[in-house]
Amino acid sequence: MTYLLVIGTRKGLFTASSEDRRAWEVTGPHRLDTADYASMSSVYAVGVDPRSGRILAGAESSHFGPSVWYSDDNGASWHEPDTAPIAFPEDTNASFTRVWQFAFGPEPDTVYAGVEPHALFRSTDGGLSFRLVRPLWDHPHRADWFPGAGGGAIHTILPGLLGSNGRSPEAMTVAMSTGGVYQTRDAGATWTPANKGVSAVFLPDEEPEYGQCVHKVAAAPNGVLYLQNHHGVYRSADPAGEGWTSIEKGLPSNFGFAVVAHPGRPETAFTFPVLSQEVHLPPDNRLGVYRTDDGGDSWRPVTEGLPQGPYFGIVLRDAACTDGADVPGFYFGTRTGDVYAATDDGKRWHQVAAHLPDVLCVRAVEV
Amino acid sequence: MRVTVHLPGLLRADAGGAAHVPVEVDDGAGLRGVLDALTARHPGLDRRIRDERGALRRYVNVFVDGDECRGIGGLDAPVPDGAEVRLLPSVAGG
Repeated sequence: MTYLLVIGTRKGLFTASSEDRRAWEVTGPHRLDTADYASMSSVYAVGVDPRSGRILAGAESSHFGPSVWYSDDNGASWHEPDTAPIAFPEDTNASFTRVWQFAFGPEPDTVYAGVEPHALFRSTDGGLSFRLVRPLWDHPHRADWFPGAGGGAIHTILPGLLGSNGRSPEAMTVAMSTGGVYQTRDAGATWTPANKGVSAVFLPDEEPEYGQCVHKVAAAPNGVLYLQNHHGVYRSADPAGEGWTSIEKGLPSNFGFAVVAHPGRPETAFTFPVLSQEVHLPPDNRLGVYRTDDGGDSWRPVTEGLPQGPYFGIVLRDAACTDGADVPGFYFGTRTGDVYAATDDGKRWHQVAAHLPDVLCVRAVEV
Repeated sequence: MRVTVHLPGLLRADAGGAAHVPVEVDDGAGLRGVLDALTARHPGLDRRIRDERGALRRYVNVFVDGDECRGIGGLDAPVPDGAEVRLLPSVAGG
């Protein structure tokens, strides 16, 4: 079995491959284009289609704009669709800034892209062309969504899922900064906010119906959702009904960007705390990952194998993931260019790559 | 009228390798008309230099006979017969 780790950075796309998830061969930056302006672009989103194995990368040239590149040979060669794969319809008077998330739908060749400005696009040809999911763009709340420091975007897409009792092909949960969590039960025709209990410390009403700056939502195998908020960590089995329960007690900070759910054990999840909205550094200037095995009732640090000295790189919202293997591997990258893996069910970290550009996103798969 | 558009090396792959592209446009077409004619001939260039609203990308500069277009009317800048239009990536990145 070969494992492939796809790493999007501030300066290009890297991959790492391994037979045993211990010895990794790191390759990159990959040449997306022969002129190299795309190759040296920021890559905020990568995705690997679980059916076809196609890798998608959202690359954003500061000169020549954003686009989507794809590889059908595990990163050996890259291609760009002949026409712009993502573009807003003329009447929206909007322009596509960047992809923040790729997710794959229950139907073959269905790919969703969460983009900036706040919008969801859908492809039915494996990511070669996308169309705007119009009802969410036309949502009356959209006028109130605003960009956080990173930009205003839909950054989380969970196709087919509403919660522990809410699975169907017509269901979907998305999250955005700012705006919060929205859900559809009718294949995207209507969308309702699902933020009950989630705080918005930057608004006069600290628990509004919508408007929260949710940073990431991860789904446990039983459908329970874990949420890392702009100050706050939460869990919910039914966001639209019972709402969200705080599970931040025991963490060194309730701020952070990434959260990863264990693919096999619903009570296990990982967070990557950041000191505060003002200070985007690890608490105590130490690189730390926190793990719960009881659904967030308690947390403990998992730092074996990580640098023990001062460390200043944080983990961004999509820079952590699991490969979903039977004995799952967990991975994360930092803004100081280090990538770590834990392949003994999350007990000890070892380094996959060092000194890369800022790591913006990682995805891991068996190929 | 006839105008010559000069392309930077980074964009030539989107124009079949051409460094210079002569385009024919109506008198008074302005820079927007010149870019429309250019991208009609080489469609892959359009998304590099303009977004889907038709706005010039922030870090793409277009010089008309030596004048950067944003100082002479942007995409409405007049383009005289025989003009040399030069696309250049601006100072950006890092």
